[in-house]
Amino acid sequence: MIELQHLSKRYGGGSKQAPVQALDDLCLSVPEGSLYGLLGPNGAGKTTALRILCTLLAPDTGSVSVAGVDGLSDPRAIRRLLGYVAQEVAIDKILAGRELLALRGDLYHLGAADRHRRLVELIDLLGMDAWIDRRCGTYSGGMRRRLDLAAGLLHRPRLLVLDEPTVGLDIESRAAIWQVLQQLRDQGTTILLSSHYLEEVDALADRLAILEAGRVIAEGTPEALKDALGGDRVTLRVREFSDAAEAARVQDLLQGCEGVRQVVVNRSQGYSLNLVVQGGDVIERLRRQLTEAALPVFALAQSRPSLDDVYLQATGRTLMDAELSVAGLRDPKVERKQSMR
Amino acid sequence: MTSATPSLGPVRAVSEGPSPGPSAFAEIRQETLALTRRLFVQLARRPSTLVAGILQPLIWLVLFGALFANAPAGLLPGGGSYGRFLGAGVIVFTAFSAALNAGLPLMFDREFGFLNRLLVAPLRSRSSIVLASVLYITSLSLVQSLAIMVTAALLGYGWPGATGLLVVLVTLLLLVFAVTALSLGLAFALPGHIELIAVIFVANLPLLFASTALAPISFMPAWLGWLAALNPLTFAIEPIRAAYGGTFDLANVVLNAPYGDVTAATCLGILAALAVGLFLAIRPLLDRKLT
Repeated sequence: MIELQHLSKRYGGGSKQAPVQALDDLCLSVPEGSLYGLLGPNGAGKTTALRILCTLLAPDTGSVSVAGVDGLSDPRAIRRLLGYVAQEVAIDKILAGRELLALRGDLYHLGAADRHRRLVELIDLLGMDAWIDRRCGTYSGGMRRRLDLAAGLLHRPRLLVLDEPTVGLDIESRAAIWQVLQQLRDQGTTILLSSHYLEEVDALADRLAILEAGRVIAEGTPEALKDALGGDRVTLRVREFSDAAEAARVQDLLQGCEGVRQVVVNRSQGYSLNLVVQGGDVIERLRRQLTEAALPVFALAQSRPSLDDVYLQATGRTLMDAELSVAGLRDPKVERKQSMR
Repeated sequence: MTSATPSLGPVRAVSEGPSPGPSAFAEIRQETLALTRRLFVQLARRPSTLVAGILQPLIWLVLFGALFANAPAGLLPGGGSYGRFLGAGVIVFTAFSAALNAGLPLMFDREFGFLNRLLVAPLRSRSSIVLASVLYITSLSLVQSLAIMVTAALLGYGWPGATGLLVVLVTLLLLVFAVTALSLGLAFALPGHIELIAVIFVANLPLLFASTALAPISFMPAWLGWLAALNPLTFAIEPIRAAYGGTFDLANVVLNAPYGDVTAATCLGILAALAVGLFLAIRPLLDRKLT
């Protein structure tokens, strides 16, 4: 359905700021009818990729194709095919939700009767009946998101593109949006959504791509990606706050243990130990070994590998660490300017 | 049922791209009307722009009219009252101020990301966005000017005849088009609304004072007379003043400029050239920003 080939995009490079390579030879292929997740920390290039797909931004190099239509030579055909729910909620505060939807319907050239029918359907689908005739300025974040989603769906697009659709939302709105997305996918709409919530992508997406520094570093179904890592994750703390020497001792002790494939000392978590284990009774063996060495066990937790482990494996850091490392570096003012026409 | 039903295959969607004339016109009309309606709904719910746009020139009219009410007879060319002289200036000033604000809604749409939403839609022509702004601001400035004309008439400053009214209308339209083009260009060229408001603020009053709105050229020092005689506002004010004066003829001289006499036809021609020229000048900018 979507083919993004070798997309590159560089921002800035003016006198004031250093250029930013937002996309670096990004390739992505989204199968028709799937719910596809783009996962990555802030600044990985998710929004840039989606803006290029939606014809809002021209790539420096590369090609965009949706359902066989070349996006660079026929952007209008692409716009007809897709609905876009952007990250920044841009609504007209003075219009009522219904008026805003009607306006969007006109911009998609819906006939009056069809427009009316779609409004009724979508207001019902997204549970907006109680407030749709109030002015948008009075809406909560969740209401705005739902209205935005409805606007993106008005023309029955074959492809729905959502940029961080649930960021900052209350649980109820989030659940409502998830449900609608799943329903749409089941009815055959292809959905591409970006997120930096691991659990959102894990729960929703049929397939996903992990983005890092403007390129795809892992791609596949969530299950396949996690299975490829192999083994379970175990977090072990012998005490609430251990020290380097003790951690090293435990590491040596467990490294030889049968079924333990890897032991890493996590300094930032009070010298806890992260283990990759395989096999049925590894946990029992670990406990026995620790008891024999007269070591206490403060906490021992076993889990299946998560998408965060996939990210960790590919980049050498957790998604959280990646978020924190860019947190202070991005300038919202500059980014707003970049998105401004 | 229109274009984008789920059953629509990609092939059909492509072939729909350059579809024939009448449907293109209908689509442009639909999107332009929808965008224009939005601006009017905003105005109806926040009428302060409209009210302020009438109130400000009204205050000019009353205060300046009173200030120079006792000006010695014979001061003004043609010898009419100052109020009658001032009327044409304030009418033009009203339309000019309103049109100068044309870019503001567009600038806010740029800043708040709403323009991007419009651009994601498969608009038949993105000129619809510009066209909607022009339609809106033209109607708004004409309504405001009309309110001033009625007030001026009630104050005893006269009313143009049928032909005169037509002259007033055409002149104002040409001026509004020119200034709207300028303002829309600025709305895309400047980085934000603060800068746009600053430009509007700075441009507004000097252009008024350096025109023949408040005093005739014969009254001005030579340098200011030159400025006024080159100021586009003057080319709008003088035909309207002549229209208020009674018998109007396009061939009549309406302005005694330092560089020579200017007829009403020349004034209107200059305004028309200015409007066309400015739209041509901002076109590359609009093309760049809207594609």
